[in-house]
Amino acid sequence: MSRDYTKVINSIDSIASKVYNDLESSEIPNLKLPTRTRSNIRFDDKLNVWKYGKNVTERSAKSLDGAYMMLRTMYMVDFIKDMIKANKSSTLREMYYISEGWDLAKFNSQPESDSLAEDLEVITNCMREDFKLRPEEDGARVIGNFTIEEMTRNKTKKKIHCQDDVGDSGYSIPYNVEPEKISFKGADADFVLAIETGGMFDRLVENGFDTSNRAILVHLKGQPARSTRRFIKRLTEEKKIPVLVFTDCDPWSYRIFGSVAYGAIKTAHISEYLATPAAQYLGVTPSDIENYKLPTDKLTKEDINALKSELSDPRFQDSFWKHEIKLQLSLGKKSEQQALAKYGLDYVTDTYLPEKLAEMGIVKK
Amino acid sequence: MPEVIAHKLAEKQKEISVAEFFERNKHILGFGNPTRALLTSVKEGVDNVLDACEESGILPDIYVEIRNHEDGECKLIVEDNGPGIVKKQIPHIFGRLLYGSRFHAIRQSRGQQGIGISAVVLYGQLTTGKHAKVISKIQEDRPATVTKLAIDTNKNRAEVISQDIMHWDKPSGTRLEVSIVADYNRGKRFVYDYLQSVSIVNPHAQITYKEPDGAEHLFERTSDVLPAKCIEIKPHPYGVELGTLIKLAKHSKSRKLSSFLKSEFSSMGDRTTNAVCEKAQLDKGLDPKKMSREQFLALHKAFKNVKIMAPSTDCISPIGETLIKRSLKHETQEISPEFIVTASRPASVYSGNPFQIEVGIVYGGSLPKDKTVKLMRFANRVPLLYQQGDCISTSAISSIDWRRYGLEQSSGKGIPSGPAMFLTHISSTLIPFTSESKEAIADIPEIENEVKLAFRECARKVQSHINKKVRRVKTREKFELITKILPEIAKKSSKMLDKPVPSLDKVITKIMDVVWIEDLIEYEKTSVKPVQSTLFDDSSEKREEGWITKSTIMVVNYKNKPQKFNLYAVIPEDAVVGTVTPKPTKITDNYIKWNLDTISPADKRDICFELAGLEKEDFDENDLYVENINLSYIIGADKWEGD
Repeated sequence: MSRDYTKVINSIDSIASKVYNDLESSEIPNLKLPTRTRSNIRFDDKLNVWKYGKNVTERSAKSLDGAYMMLRTMYMVDFIKDMIKANKSSTLREMYYISEGWDLAKFNSQPESDSLAEDLEVITNCMREDFKLRPEEDGARVIGNFTIEEMTRNKTKKKIHCQDDVGDSGYSIPYNVEPEKISFKGADADFVLAIETGGMFDRLVENGFDTSNRAILVHLKGQPARSTRRFIKRLTEEKKIPVLVFTDCDPWSYRIFGSVAYGAIKTAHISEYLATPAAQYLGVTPSDIENYKLPTDKLTKEDINALKSELSDPRFQDSFWKHEIKLQLSLGKKSEQQALAKYGLDYVTDTYLPEKLAEMGIVKK
Repeated sequence: MPEVIAHKLAEKQKEISVAEFFERNKHILGFGNPTRALLTSVKEGVDNVLDACEESGILPDIYVEIRNHEDGECKLIVEDNGPGIVKKQIPHIFGRLLYGSRFHAIRQSRGQQGIGISAVVLYGQLTTGKHAKVISKIQEDRPATVTKLAIDTNKNRAEVISQDIMHWDKPSGTRLEVSIVADYNRGKRFVYDYLQSVSIVNPHAQITYKEPDGAEHLFERTSDVLPAKCIEIKPHPYGVELGTLIKLAKHSKSRKLSSFLKSEFSSMGDRTTNAVCEKAQLDKGLDPKKMSREQFLALHKAFKNVKIMAPSTDCISPIGETLIKRSLKHETQEISPEFIVTASRPASVYSGNPFQIEVGIVYGGSLPKDKTVKLMRFANRVPLLYQQGDCISTSAISSIDWRRYGLEQSSGKGIPSGPAMFLTHISSTLIPFTSESKEAIADIPEIENEVKLAFRECARKVQSHINKKVRRVKTREKFELITKILPEIAKKSSKMLDKPVPSLDKVITKIMDVVWIEDLIEYEKTSVKPVQSTLFDDSSEKREEGWITKSTIMVVNYKNKPQKFNLYAVIPEDAVVGTVTPKPTKITDNYIKWNLDTISPADKRDICFELAGLEKEDFDENDLYVENINLSYIIGADKWEGD
């Protein structure tokens, strides 16, 4: 079944029309889009996530850089239009390599082209999937007592139980996690535990934490990809399972939690698709460093600056985060998930997690 | 009866021989160690040749060769194409200290004391025991004279060992061969630097340097014009010492004080002479030969208390900005500097001695960015290689805050760091050196001030160059925008929408919103006499062949209103202005001015001028200024601040 792309083509054409009309009426062409910085994200009460505010950035052809951006925009929308017409799709990386042939409009690096694709989403209110653009397969993993029905490339539906039908490395989350691709069938678990590092994910799998504690384990792989965040959101909302985030104890890990729970600054235009506002932070918290006497490293200058910047980040303004961040600044220390191994390999599954889960009221002691 | 002490002392009192004097003072004369001695010998030889050639109006061709013997002995050969020396004079010039033609004359020259070349011969004799050999030829159809000579150190006289004649291919010239104890390996760097430096400030000289390993370096001639001949001037009252004053009076032919003053000194007219005599309370009719010491003292004192006109400065022969720039460019080719700027001060006076400062800055290229700036100091076209820290030019440079001119300098004082080379040249009838080794200029406030002013002027040019560079980048960007990117945007958007490509003229005007001035300089070889501009009646000097510098300036009005303003192009003083279009409003030695007609929006004006009398690339950057227009409208020119 092929999708109707008329709306997407219309929004793409509207970009070209705006530029064309400016030129025809002797105006310097310009495109406006919400400012994509920390200072311009506002909490949307209706959607319960952080979205871009009212500040607008103007991309004008008055400067050389602006003119280049506009030319690249023209090439990119033309390319997307061609893909839609030819019913093809490409990865962001493929598009970057294709842009090598765009002469004056070619990009200097892939982040530039990725970022422009995001700009187009923001301007048109479409998602990059609408543009037939997809990221690299990111391969974040999941293990737990639930079943996924996946539409395979052979257009047949396949049921996969995420414990019985997968190996120890779990089910690999595809880039497309929309209903047309996967749906969740049976799920019998008390909570979803999203884990920052592969090492800790593997530790919990080896210790059988998913069965012993009725948990669905998701590996975030650092800053989680869009598909991982979307997957978590759908799983928790459709199956009514609470989500807990388990990361290292440093400012960068808090941002991982932030993007899962509140939405990332870069993708604030689609926060309502990606963010899971009900997600809770489990640890490791700065308080844990003290309570569990964890091995630590000193905060670097960059760490301290990142913490201070989080103190003024609108997403971290509740009393829990204010208290924990201030505590960490006064401790001057950070720690890792795997520092819990200080007390033995089973300590995390036998002691730390059960204690924290009870504390948070997820399971009873 | 006790011996009279004076008699006893008298036995010990005798004339000190020059050899002993030299031995004790060799460090002040520049022969302190074998490394210095090598350089000093080369230097004395070359200075001597340059002075001799200039005096006789010959473009110098100098050949310097060093042969290195293993036992620490070197043979130095200096050969020239000069006028040669008559047979009788050879022993005096090369074999007698304090003998020379330049000591008594007050005019700009390199050597002054007459110690120079004979000191090299003496040093060679004292260290190696070998005789010096001089070959000299004075006339084309006569043979050359070969003289072997030594110095009788007791009598300060040359001792001719042998004198022969030989055939020599040169029309005229002199060749000196002298063996000296010298450290070639440690001294060779200085010799090369010295010869290169000499070449920079003597663009009329050609120097060939052959090293012991046979390597030959050629420092090419970049100007066929000899420096203007220096005129001898009389002493100025401000600079004369009491002893000199008394000596001049004793030898004067004048019978009256007033005529003595007027004939023996410069700047002394009737009025000044009267004023001096009145101040000294001396009768104008006094016989100068019969004046008492007290009277001389009063006269000497009166000199300082009367306002006397500065001496005429035409006795100074500066190198000139264009020539300095040209030879700096030539000698720094392998550095490929980003730009070279020069500045020349008008002549000035200290203690009655005229002097003039010229400076230059070489910037960028492969010059090291993290080292202190290399200072090249020159006095009367002679490089000063030692005692940099004691030199007034160094303190003048150190007192300027270079940080705002793109160089680094801790706390805005001291020699700056960065990719640059500084040149300072002082020309004077009397260079005030700190010591006999003539390596540093003494602390004279007038000189320090002039050096500072000259470098400030240069620094301003550096600043304007940097501004121009920034502006050029901006201009290039805008140009790229309107000529390449914008048409592409228009093409792409119209293709997507299947519509005709819109006209971009008005958008371009809006994006640019300036009056844009761009320039281009080209060089054309010519054999035709340049056409003199119609503004001058007298026809220009005749030139058989040379380069025509063609400067084209394009003015485009990208404002949305018509613009009218005046444009100035700065030109070098020594250039001859050829064809100028459109017709200029004014041409002076320094600039060409146009009162441009009104330029409508999106309209363009081409302005051209030609310069003759310059070598290729002497003029390589237009200095453009505008008047009667809001400066923020302009890209490519600065505000005209007046002449």
